[in-house]
Amino acid sequence: MAEKLKLEMVTPYGTVLSEEVDDVVAPGVMGEFGILPGHRAMLALLDIGVFSYLKNGKRSYVAINWGYVDVNQDRVTVMVETAEPEDIIDLERAKRAMGRAQKTLETLTEDDKEYKVAEAALHRALIRIQVANRGR
Amino acid sequence: MTSLKTIKKRISSVKNTQQITKAMKMVSAAKLRKAQQAVLDTRPYANKMSAVIANLVNKVEVAHPLLKKRPRERALILLVTGDRGLCGGFNVNISKAVERFCRSNPEEFKQIDIAIIGRKGNEYLKRRNVNIVNVYENLTEDVNYQTAALLGEELSAAYTEERYDVIYMYYNAFRSVIAQDITRVQLLPVTMPEGEDEGSADPGYIFEPNPKEVLCQLLAKNVEVQIFRALLESRASEQGARMTSMDSATKNATEMIAKLTLQYNRARQAAITTELVEIISGAEAIK
Repeated sequence: MAEKLKLEMVTPYGTVLSEEVDDVVAPGVMGEFGILPGHRAMLALLDIGVFSYLKNGKRSYVAINWGYVDVNQDRVTVMVETAEPEDIIDLERAKRAMGRAQKTLETLTEDDKEYKVAEAALHRALIRIQVANRGR
Repeated sequence: MTSLKTIKKRISSVKNTQQITKAMKMVSAAKLRKAQQAVLDTRPYANKMSAVIANLVNKVEVAHPLLKKRPRERALILLVTGDRGLCGGFNVNISKAVERFCRSNPEEFKQIDIAIIGRKGNEYLKRRNVNIVNVYENLTEDVNYQTAALLGEELSAAYTEERYDVIYMYYNAFRSVIAQDITRVQLLPVTMPEGEDEGSADPGYIFEPNPKEVLCQLLAKNVEVQIFRALLESRASEQGARMTSMDSATKNATEMIAKLTLQYNRARQAAITTELVEIISGAEAIK
């Protein structure tokens, strides 16, 4: 059994992460789960949420958007639409986005087509804020 | 003999053109670098996705609407071209390939519709008696994933609602700066390269939440990713094609200027000679 996990995070715009890590915690659609070395092969869908990994005793956080993770023989491949590590998140912008999304939500009802879009935007903004705060 | 003045005029007009082509070459060289990087960045994502899906399809027996094969009667072709010209045969070649496909119709479809991305493809095909159902303009310069996602959803819907039985996509794949490959892929129904990666995966794969859900989402995503990739490849190819064609245009202009200058000098010399002869013979006459 390998000691480390080979973590790779890829988005349509390029590879974000490629590191040897000790563990991975990912936001699955059925709840958060952790992956340790020696995990069985798995393919899981991911939700909008906070993704984190432990490297050299330090935990790093990434805000991710829809995607999935493929675990195979200690290789963890994370394919997501967007991934923002804690240090590149613009907290002010995220807060503004949150305010905007909240305002839009107030004007809509659940039947509106835009409701889900605004809801997702709010969710993303919240996650970003969460990630940014944790990194500090 | 053309007069000196007209030759001079031509030289300066060719010089102007050359300046334009030179500038365009520079611009597309800069754009190319960016577009090329974007293509290289997307490839791992697209390739990994196909690998995962190939793996899944072999393992899980799911009747998914995007996998279901129907009698192939109505086809849709998504043609990816550019919005601007001056890039050699980039737009024309691929439009011609599509036209040829429609004319020969190798699988004897009852109906072939074409959806076009980019103005140039439309300009070529609209006069050629083919069935164009949709034209998307101004997508090619600033490619983003959202656009591709919207297109993908539209196409998936068209397929599941049984408006089309096959959906193809034609685009220029970026091979190198000077070479583009006209590529045809079948977007839907999803086909998988056979025998890829087989047996290497753990038979006890865990799926979360369940295989069917995973496959459904991945298949829908895959269409979007493929379109996204095609858009990027096409953009890089377009810039590459423009760069090479502008480069040769600049070279041609240089040649033309050299030729015209030679002609100009000859004309000038001839004029001087005639003048001299006149003066000398005039002087002779006075003696």
